[in-house]
Amino acid sequence: MISEAARADIDRWVEKYPEEQKQSAVMAALRIVQDENGGSITTEMMDEVAAYLDMPPINVYEVATFYSMYEHKPVGKHKLCVCTNISCMLRNSKGVVDHLQEKLDIGFGEVTEDGMFSLKEVECLGACVNAPVMQVGEHYHEQLNPEKIDRLLDELRQES
Amino acid sequence: MDTQKDQVTIELNDTRLEARQGQMLIEVADANGVSIPRFCYHKKLSVSANCRMCLVEVENAPKMLPACATPVTDGMKAWTKSPKAIAAQKSVMEFLLINHPLDCPVCDQGGECDLQEMALGYGGDTSRYTEGKRIIKEKDYGSLVSTEMSRCIHCTRCVRFGVEIAGIPEIGGTGRGDHMQIGTYVQKALSSELSGNIIDLCPVGALLSKPFLFSARSWELKSVPGVAPHDAVGSNIQIQTRNGKVMRVIPQENEAVNEIWISDRDRFSYLALDSEDRVTQPMVRNSDGQLVETDWQSALEAAVNGMKMVASTDGGGALGALASPSSTTEEFYLLQKLMRGLGSNSVDHRLRQQDFSGQSDQIAPQLGTTLQQIEQQNAVLIVGSDIQREQPLLSHRIRKAALSGAAVSTVNPDGIEFNFPLSGEVVTDQLTPALSAIARAMVDMGMGGDLSGLSALVADANVEPAHQAVAESLIGGEKAMVLMGEIAYRDQNQAVIYALTGAIASMSGATFSVLTEGANALGGLLAGAVPHRDTADATVDSVGMDVASMVDMAPKGLLLMGIEAESDLAAGPAAADAIRKSEFVVSLSTFADSVTMGKSDVILPLAAFTESSGTFVNAEGEWQSFGGAVAPKGEARPGWKILRVMGTMANLDGFDYNSSEDVLSEVRGLCDQAETEKWSWSALSDLGDASSCTVASTPIYQVDSLVRRSEPLQQTPLAHAGQATTGGAE
Ligand code: SF4
Ligand code: FES
Ligand code: FES
Repeated sequence: MISEAARADIDRWVEKYPEEQKQSAVMAALRIVQDENGGSITTEMMDEVAAYLDMPPINVYEVATFYSMYEHKPVGKHKLCVCTNISCMLRNSKGVVDHLQEKLDIGFGEVTEDGMFSLKEVECLGACVNAPVMQVGEHYHEQLNPEKIDRLLDELRQES
Repeated sequence: MDTQKDQVTIELNDTRLEARQGQMLIEVADANGVSIPRFCYHKKLSVSANCRMCLVEVENAPKMLPACATPVTDGMKAWTKSPKAIAAQKSVMEFLLINHPLDCPVCDQGGECDLQEMALGYGGDTSRYTEGKRIIKEKDYGSLVSTEMSRCIHCTRCVRFGVEIAGIPEIGGTGRGDHMQIGTYVQKALSSELSGNIIDLCPVGALLSKPFLFSARSWELKSVPGVAPHDAVGSNIQIQTRNGKVMRVIPQENEAVNEIWISDRDRFSYLALDSEDRVTQPMVRNSDGQLVETDWQSALEAAVNGMKMVASTDGGGALGALASPSSTTEEFYLLQKLMRGLGSNSVDHRLRQQDFSGQSDQIAPQLGTTLQQIEQQNAVLIVGSDIQREQPLLSHRIRKAALSGAAVSTVNPDGIEFNFPLSGEVVTDQLTPALSAIARAMVDMGMGGDLSGLSALVADANVEPAHQAVAESLIGGEKAMVLMGEIAYRDQNQAVIYALTGAIASMSGATFSVLTEGANALGGLLAGAVPHRDTADATVDSVGMDVASMVDMAPKGLLLMGIEAESDLAAGPAAADAIRKSEFVVSLSTFADSVTMGKSDVILPLAAFTESSGTFVNAEGEWQSFGGAVAPKGEARPGWKILRVMGTMANLDGFDYNSSEDVLSEVRGLCDQAETEKWSWSALSDLGDASSCTVASTPIYQVDSLVRRSEPLQQTPLAHAGQATTGGAE
């Protein structure tokens, strides 16, 4: 069920578009629903979004599977998105990945047992100048090395 | 000179051609017999230009351009086979084959595959690609369409079909890049009544006919043109056979009738042909009351003698005949000729009609225009019809009109939804008051005419805004049509509804269209297989029994043709009882239903639609003849042959036909002569009880004995949805 609050939020987006083009708000709606659900969406939720925006469910599935920021499996409290594209790769993103995988004991697309972290491989984050880069929530963490990563993990643990 | 501004001249492969400004290059090429390879382009779908197979060289364009998405302009020069064009086409071909499994030997599409053909023309002989190919799990689209999605080349024809033609977007492209997949994402059986058409649209073997799967190779099939026997559209089909067995049915293009589509009903009903309960032997009931198989001669003698016996003891009027509304015109003609020869006017085929009180005013109900013209309408009123399920491809024309801006409104019971937008809706299970109110609104707007017996009803009506809106949209439409469908036609007060609908049409200057049951009700009417009219609308000396009276009175002698009483007649169980009460019953039957088997004294095996030649007259009045595609099963015989012999055996004159064409030319000749007096509508002079009791239309996969026996159709979501909406029936 989409909550009242989420509905109100979606309505604000719907208002931005002409009345007969409600479905333009689909991306915002999916993001809102995903945030509310702890970072991932289910088929039922996509169906609800479809019904709410009066569009065929398949068109919602298309959008939700096209963009990589929509998750279709549960993620950890913190989703660590590591860039492995060319610039980061040249600046040893593999080292970042290896370090994280060893520290957290999970692979890409997996969640730690305590539900705290999940790991995701992403394409260029547009911050190549400071490669290697990783995005967590709304923050970029740049010029990563093992020490920086460890400090970040501790901070994130403390935060919760 | 520039009177025709939109006319341009282009040069295609150095040949000067005339074209319309803005036409796509590929259309111009097609119209002039220049072949350009393509996968995603389809003339009935929007342009998506995503396969890139149609790349051609265009003068002054730095890169090759897709012909399907390049509008022609005056003076344009294009080459489809220049070295650059060929190189581009070859590269695209190589690219498309990268992930294609190349499993043609085990693919049903082999032999009729666009990809296979293009690969032959444009592909290399070996692949430079050695890496692993992508594999996609097959999807479950339900009982009609099978999938092999690794073969999919992402042309998106099936996706566009769902959006643009079926009007139910169910298939899409999920994921992206090399993770993109065509499918429904969630497991889902396709729910459109036209879903089978994606099998023909798919240019590769990704979407195939599930019932036909692995049963034959396309080049082994013999193809015979036919006409689909389930609705008044008369869709043109190809019946494809191997060794005397129907293997599948596919559409035959006919822009004026079915365009390139057929409904799932037309495509998959052939699966009923080999049902175990096909009647394949003549049978006669012996003195112990047992049906025993016999030869044709004895069965026919028993049938004719029995009928003559009834006629001589009780008079010809004690005989009645009921025929399926999907019988051929030839069968209808001979049936009524036989019955009238034996002294009875009681012949009928209007099995689902319940009210016959207006029949003498209802001259040849039909479309009143052409199927193609429906698309040109500005306003359409649908009265009592689940048109999308009743007449799928006629409904498609209405959908086209609606999408190009026509105001389509309905007067219907609750719960009927369409794949096109409605501009107005009157929801009611009482059609008469609703129609009276619309008529009243028109009268109030000064459109009145002679309403005769309807005057009081109309004057009393209570006009609400919804009625007003419908009236306005019809009057406002430059080209308007009022279309009466099965729910209205079956109503217990059909006469009043018919008259009101006609009045609404005539007041607003709209075409009055009536859609009848079965594939050939108009043919039945023209041939005279009705109790109140002889062939070509000739008058009869005394009106015989209609379907309702036959059910009431149970004629002593009954001749049934292609009928399953319980499911085919509106009266259902009561009809079965009437048959059981009858003294002597002869059944020309394709299938052995329990009523026929339990009661008939003589059973004559009747050939199915693929096994007999004949003619259907569709809703617009088009006579479409077809030949038999296969020999009748077992001892079955075409209806016209059975009736011809019965006529001769009964010593009646004029039954010495040599072929069904002889029969046709006789009935056609009579109709052509009469055609000067065109079909008309007149307001009822006298009005009985005006209350209506609306019943639901027949569910899409219950309309006749064939579709009821087609297992794959019965497994579709639509078969079950249909049952849910029949709730309102008596
Ligand atoms: S399944 Fe067939 S029609 Fe649909 S996208 Fe793939 S190739 Fe095209
Ligand atoms: S390649 Fe990693 S941020 Fe651009
Ligand atoms: S046919 Fe033109 S791009 Fe596919």
